[in-house]
Amino acid sequence: MKKKFKLEDLDCANCAAKMEDAIKKIDGVSDANVSFLAQKMTIDAQDDKFDEIMKEVVRVCAKVEPDCRILL
Amino acid sequence: MTKKQQKMLVRIIATFVIFVGLFICEHAGLFERIGSKWILFLIYLIPYLVIGYDIIYKAARNISHGQVFDENFLMMIATFGAFGVQEYSEAVAVMLFYQVGELFQGYAVGKSRKSISDMMDICPEYANIEIDGKLTQVDPDDVEIGSVIVVKPGERIPLDGVVIEGESLIDTAALTGESVPRRASAGDDIISGCVNGSGTLRVRVSKEFDDSTVAKILELVENASSKKAKVENFITRFAKYYTPIVTILAVLLAFLPPLILGGGWGEWIQRACIFLVISCPCALVISVPLGFFGGIGAASKIGVLVKGSNYLEAVAEMTTIVFDKTGTLTKGEFKVQEVCPEGCTKEELMELAALGEAYSNHPIAGSIKEAYGKEPDMSRVGQAEEIAGHGICVPIDGKEVLLGNEKLMEERKIRYTSVESAGTIVYAACDGRYMGAVVIADSVKEGAKEAIQSMKQVGVKKCVMLTGDRQQAAQAAAGELGIDEVHAQLLPGDKVSKVEELLNVRKGKEKLAFVGDGINDAPVLTRADIGIAMGSMGSDAAIEAADVVLMDDDVRKIAAVVRISRKTLKIVKQNIVFALAVKALVLLLGALGLANMWEAVFADVGVSVIAILNAMRALKIQK
Repeated sequence: MKKKFKLEDLDCANCAAKMEDAIKKIDGVSDANVSFLAQKMTIDAQDDKFDEIMKEVVRVCAKVEPDCRILL
Repeated sequence: MTKKQQKMLVRIIATFVIFVGLFICEHAGLFERIGSKWILFLIYLIPYLVIGYDIIYKAARNISHGQVFDENFLMMIATFGAFGVQEYSEAVAVMLFYQVGELFQGYAVGKSRKSISDMMDICPEYANIEIDGKLTQVDPDDVEIGSVIVVKPGERIPLDGVVIEGESLIDTAALTGESVPRRASAGDDIISGCVNGSGTLRVRVSKEFDDSTVAKILELVENASSKKAKVENFITRFAKYYTPIVTILAVLLAFLPPLILGGGWGEWIQRACIFLVISCPCALVISVPLGFFGGIGAASKIGVLVKGSNYLEAVAEMTTIVFDKTGTLTKGEFKVQEVCPEGCTKEELMELAALGEAYSNHPIAGSIKEAYGKEPDMSRVGQAEEIAGHGICVPIDGKEVLLGNEKLMEERKIRYTSVESAGTIVYAACDGRYMGAVVIADSVKEGAKEAIQSMKQVGVKKCVMLTGDRQQAAQAAAGELGIDEVHAQLLPGDKVSKVEELLNVRKGKEKLAFVGDGINDAPVLTRADIGIAMGSMGSDAAIEAADVVLMDDDVRKIAAVVRISRKTLKIVKQNIVFALAVKALVLLLGALGLANMWEAVFADVGVSVIAILNAMRALKIQK
């Protein structure tokens, strides 16, 4: 399943790249894209575990860029 | 400016005022009486904390999260280093300069993002539905196929559909870049995303919102930035190695020379700090995607959708372009091109032909009737006899009229004048006497010739045309247009193999594009390096398979896209070279002790700002 999320206060392009990298490493995520320009994140992950995966995504992103909020 | 940016501005101004005050005091010699360096340190710590407290906070927080090498940390180390070597004013100035740069950078990025998204602002917010005689605004998502919506003057058309009542001029500029409005009245198809002119329209919805033109375009554009160009991937990889390498160099620079040469730790630590400030690859990481985003934005402004940065990059290297003939270079509608009467007037010949074909539903009969323009008087026409492969024999006003090809004329022993033409020729005879011929042909699209010429001007070496049409017709069209190579009488499957042949002969980085209107073209569009489809006439399958979509089917736009893509790539390359050159230079000067912190901060944020401003040029279209 592919889902899109809006991001708030994503301030640096390098952080977006780091977030993308970190999200891709999460188990069950088949693809991820963090667009600094669109301030959007697309995540393609397993359907049944999607909610769990999203929790992990939020945790990982907070680690990389604590200022950035994911609007779920 | 956002609230956050405004707050930052206040901090910057406050720090600046304090800093100038301290600077004057220092140079006026007021601080000389202060004996202790510690008091001076505390004095300078005030402006430093005002401007930099968040940097230190973030750096500390990120370290606790295991994120070591971010900008905040590097700035903290660099300024602490300056404090360490008792360059207090420099520490404050560097932090101030850094924050000014960051603010400016954030502002510039925000601004450019907005100007791009404004351009993409084609999404309708509501649809008017009539319930019990009253208009209600609903979400376009909730409207079902077959329902009737009302589009008031000035409103954006929310869903694709067919006009059932009303007449208006429709502004399609947001989708096609075409500035002349299109007339729409009952029976016409209209597409979502366009703006209604002065009339109210009642529209029967033909597609759900998710399948409508506007939703598809938005999805394409949003996904475009995820298909990265080679240059972008290179920058991402580069950034991964660049920061650690520069940081390691900084550490080496701080410790090795003093250990080997002995003495002066402060001097070398200061040089190492310069390295740390320059170690962020932000200028590249922001400006390269921003440049491509701008280029894609500029293309969509003229009504061309490019589905990814990689395709925009490929278009710049396009040297071969293959066209499908019918529908792409020609209109795909057969029309009477020439009327050659013999022994009668043109009108008489056309009347004869139109009457003769009155009962026929052959496409050629249709184009003759259309050219005649009047309703033929059926009472004058008798029972027609079709002669398969030859034509038709009809009694008109009691006379025997023959309409058909050369074979018919020869069989009936009629002396006719052979007409040399690329189109289909209908010879006419009345009671055994030759009356003349009517030539019917597909006509070349407006601007197609110009399109080929301008493509050659931008460096396309070979223009090829593929068609299922007859050799003669293909040659004629190719000659008129200035096409280099023609392959006629191809079956749909042959097109793929022809394109593969052409793909094999191109050299190195050269790219091949295929332009088609979509019927049976999807496999070829996928096979070519760049598949270009017609947006308004093309099939959905073709638009899906294509990499570039011409919203208004105008082939002239291809050359414009080539120009946009070249310009975008040029800007991106300028940015890469500029950013790397400045960074390398300042690194070198820093290592030799010739650069100070100011230059280092310039090489970081200053370069970012310049690169962002340069990237924004990609959004502008040259006329």
